[in-house]
Amino acid sequence: MTKTIIECNDVNFRYEHSTVLENISLDVKEGEFWALIGPNGSGKSTLINIILGLLKADQGTVKLFGQDVDSFKQRERIGYVSQKSNSFNSGFPATVVEVVKSGLTRKVGLFKSFSKHDEQKALDALRIVKMEDFASKNIGELSGGQQQRVFIARALVGEPELLIMDEPTVGIDQKNVASFYSMLNELNGEHGIAILLVTHEIDLVTELATHVACLNRSIHFHGMQSEYKKMNDTDISLWYGHPVRRVHQEQKGI
Amino acid sequence: MISALFTYEFLQNAFLSGLIIGVIAPLLGLFIVVRRLALIADALSHVALAGIAGSLFLSQSVLMFSALNPVYLGMASAVGGSLLIERLRGAYKHFEELAIPIILSTGIGFGAIFISLAKGFSSDLVGYLFGSVSAVSRQDLWVVVIIAVVVVAFIRFFYKEMFALSFDKEYAKVSGINGKFIQIIFMIIVALVIGASMRIVGILLVSSLMTIPVAAAIQLAKSFKGALIYSIVIGELSVIIGLIAAFHLDIAPGGTIVITSIIILLLVLGWTKMKGKQPSKKAKEEFA
Ligand SMILES: Nc1ncnc2c1ncn2[C@@H]1O[C@H](COP(=O)(O)OP(=O)(O)OP(=O)(O)O)[C@@H](O)[C@H]1O
Ligand SMILES: [Mg+2]
Repeated sequence: MTKTIIECNDVNFRYEHSTVLENISLDVKEGEFWALIGPNGSGKSTLINIILGLLKADQGTVKLFGQDVDSFKQRERIGYVSQKSNSFNSGFPATVVEVVKSGLTRKVGLFKSFSKHDEQKALDALRIVKMEDFASKNIGELSGGQQQRVFIARALVGEPELLIMDEPTVGIDQKNVASFYSMLNELNGEHGIAILLVTHEIDLVTELATHVACLNRSIHFHGMQSEYKKMNDTDISLWYGHPVRRVHQEQKGI
Repeated sequence: MISALFTYEFLQNAFLSGLIIGVIAPLLGLFIVVRRLALIADALSHVALAGIAGSLFLSQSVLMFSALNPVYLGMASAVGGSLLIERLRGAYKHFEELAIPIILSTGIGFGAIFISLAKGFSSDLVGYLFGSVSAVSRQDLWVVVIIAVVVVAFIRFFYKEMFALSFDKEYAKVSGINGKFIQIIFMIIVALVIGASMRIVGILLVSSLMTIPVAAAIQLAKSFKGALIYSIVIGELSVIIGLIAAFHLDIAPGGTIVITSIIILLLVLGWTKMKGKQPSKKAKEEFA
């Protein structure tokens, strides 16, 4: 039986004045690659924060690897790239490799220091995102897209079993987005890492993801990528609340 | 000076404590500065002032307190203040920095009351405010040594957690680092270091020794490790030069130490500005 890695059951959430999430149930199973799509303000980041335990659902339960999120301790099994990764203090004195190594903090364990081996792991992760040449640069001196790639490396360095990414490709140029997505494909296809990816690239990403969920306060569609592709654009526009047109790969002539 | 160092125990006490403080104050200061909490040290030192003034007042009126070293009550109130700041930061989620002026004013308020009750400034009190070369006892030195051991052990064991928390609090939380626990320990240690440093640099200038060397170091360093090393080197340099000057000129060491660190900071700022004007070799290579 395939294990369920993320289990959201009837999750409801409201900020002080407005309900943001209503009756969200969503399961991510071993080996699945989910694309979470939806318009701005539809609650995607909020849902991610609830899944990660940064916010608490008003109602409903969230389980990670079969355990309640509040008591889930094996955090090293999760890699995370937040939507506002770049909002750190740009004067912070830290090199790229120091930032990536910090992704190993939990894995190395309390009271221990990083070893040469950990340093090597960080460099390997940087190689994946093609940033190895920048290892000893100050993080604040990189461009936004380069920083974003460093944060992706930080999420990958601990070899997580689940990757959660909130619009990780914002600010990354087309060439590197393509190679980033092919890397996700490889991580998911060959290493079996489960992925939950928030994105606005509604046409591109469905080529990679095995599953798609469309969120706008509640989940309007969730299912296999093939079903999503069969939907017509009018339905999707209805969920989005504004006209949406997907451009299929064939049409783009890639 | 060297011969005096061998002759007078008080000078040895002052120099050894100074050398140790020159390491631990900027070491903790780095973590304070990168987390944009530079004013916390200020708030806590003023709470320590309340404790010191309280102790000096009580020593006049209550027999039990006349034998007690005021440093202890100062340290204890700083620790209490640090816990209060954490509490308040929780209460004002969106205005975390508001906790700092609240605690700072509380400290000064009580300080003023106790100083008045004790019938004004005694020469003792002036020593606590601006530091003193002659007032450091063997006992004070031992307190500094013990606190230094605690600080170094804390940074040694929690370095990577402290880095992760300082750089990206949210990510640290997601990756399961117990930020609350580490933060409370950190705040207590900051309070202890303030208590340990006030004999030498004085209550009013403790926070400067925690922040000014760091301000210079982050201009020079690219890495966090580098910033840490530069902070300590600059802190140590300021203490040594400052203490020697204080001894020879017979002035309060707090002043000479802090002004030395300010001069170093200005030199560093000048140097980085000059360097910034002419494109570095590296930048040229990248354009080529
Ligand atoms: N801290 C907050 N306090 C109050 N309301 C909030 C807060 N954060 C988000 N919201 C509201 O919750 C709703 C969902 O926000 P969320 O960030 O989850 O959207 P999103 O789907 O991630 O959008 P985007 O595509 O722009 O990233 C929005 O209407 C937003 O205004
Ligand atoms: Mg979002």
